[in-house]
Amino acid sequence: MKYEFDTADQLLKLCKKHKCSISEIAKRYEAERSGKAISTVRSGMKRARDVMYEAVKEGVKSTKKSKFNLSGGDANKLFQSLSSLKLMMGNKVTVRAMAYAIAVGETNANMGRIVAFPTAGGAGVIPGALFSCAEHFKAGKRQLLRGMFTSSAIGIIIAEGATLSAAKGGCQAEVGAATAMAAAGLTEMRGGTPEQCFHSAAIALKSYLGLACDPLGGLVEVPCIKRNALGAVAAISASDMVIAGIESKVPFDEVVKAMNDIAESMSERIRETALGGLAITKTGNKVKKKLGLKITKEL
Amino acid sequence: MTQLSVFDVAGPVMVGPSSSHTAGACKIGQFARALFHTTPTKATFYLHGSFAEVYKGHATDKALISGVMKLRTSDPRIKEAFKIAKAKHIECVFKKKDLGEKFHPNTVQIVLENSSRKLSMIGSSVGGGVIEILRINKFDVHLQGRAGKYLSIIVCHENHGSKTFNKILNRIKKLGIRIINTQTTKYKDKNLTIIATDGRDNKRITIKEVMDIEKSIEGIEFIRSLSKLEKQ
Ligand code: SF4
Repeated sequence: MKYEFDTADQLLKLCKKHKCSISEIAKRYEAERSGKAISTVRSGMKRARDVMYEAVKEGVKSTKKSKFNLSGGDANKLFQSLSSLKLMMGNKVTVRAMAYAIAVGETNANMGRIVAFPTAGGAGVIPGALFSCAEHFKAGKRQLLRGMFTSSAIGIIIAEGATLSAAKGGCQAEVGAATAMAAAGLTEMRGGTPEQCFHSAAIALKSYLGLACDPLGGLVEVPCIKRNALGAVAAISASDMVIAGIESKVPFDEVVKAMNDIAESMSERIRETALGGLAITKTGNKVKKKLGLKITKEL
Repeated sequence: MTQLSVFDVAGPVMVGPSSSHTAGACKIGQFARALFHTTPTKATFYLHGSFAEVYKGHATDKALISGVMKLRTSDPRIKEAFKIAKAKHIECVFKKKDLGEKFHPNTVQIVLENSSRKLSMIGSSVGGGVIEILRINKFDVHLQGRAGKYLSIIVCHENHGSKTFNKILNRIKKLGIRIINTQTTKYKDKNLTIIATDGRDNKRITIKEVMDIEKSIEGIEFIRSLSKLEKQ
């Protein structure tokens, strides 16, 4: 294959060789591997964008609580606060990013339709960061698609070099990966170079190494949904740092190796089993009881 | 290099709450159904590992049965899976079962049956909605379910000599479908072969062509195409 890559290094070489962006290579790679036309590949991504958009729009309106009352209505609270701007994060872009990220998480918890980008648990970060920033700099729909393709390329590299499964790598593989993906996508949308995209992804991912997956009752709600909000803000921050001229000291491929090393040394208790961390706190056990799950230990 | 799709990462489009426990489970159900080929009257799900522990909160049960009823991962009717199954007269049974250490924590064994046939399949959901099929009846296999890559044809055939097998391959080639590779597993006097085909130029084997092959070549127990599973 002409456009195959599974490291940042290979992808950067392809960008240089073909004088194009990461999103362009990602598109060509997908067309090549699936045997489909570029236009078909683009429509696939449009569908993903539309589903995410729906989830965000529905989510910020809804005040519905989830089945076990663990989440619901927070996206709406944040969205409402946008008009008053009393928050410290007085910048609309970040508050809106949090609202959107939470909106997707709440939609997901209520069995609504979302895009697992890269997974359902981390699905709020990318729409949160990308949609909010796109609104801010009035990006066109095409620009948004480019951001999404770039995010996907980063995701593929993480999946190849480490993992996107919380059962294997904890939450660094879900919210952590999503944050790195969003940071790179955003940097491309802002006109950053492929190198800058990877610096953004590296800075973001480094901050999430080792994050435990310890959801209450094993449900994708607490801490997941709010983690997505902070992930979206972290992605924006990482991209801002890079646009300001900052670089990651450790190259992205090395960060992915570190992530894999940490995944291998993480205890099973904090890898999507609900047997450690927040899941076995007093509050966590209350949720378990409600769900009829076995209580193993209490912190 | 596994050649993941951009849409494995930016996808699947799905009904929540979990990509591995809901969307992946639905896809495993779809595979079982495609292999069984008709609506079963009974579906038994043996849940292993994390599937057994947290399936209720993640609607894994609804997702599995939805897949068996050919609902897509994005279908909002997944919520009403039990009602729909009842209307279709499918008896659903869920049991916990330790399938052994070698399986991923998110694994299920599905047994589908009707008055004349029975199919057993083991599948794992390995993250982000990507799945793997590891056993079909008694045959150990390794079939990866990635977005846009469900182009495999699966044949169970007799294994005395390679006559039946070659006939099948020739017929598929004659239809203008390119074969990338084949993977054969043996059990007693039967072989199970997974034929990976190339989706170039949108060429897919049709259900009718598959059925023609099953009828006209002797020694085939069953042949199934998975190309219908391609869409999310
Ligand atoms: S805590 Fe676990 S379930 Fe929740 S988002 Fe992180 S990885 Fe997913």
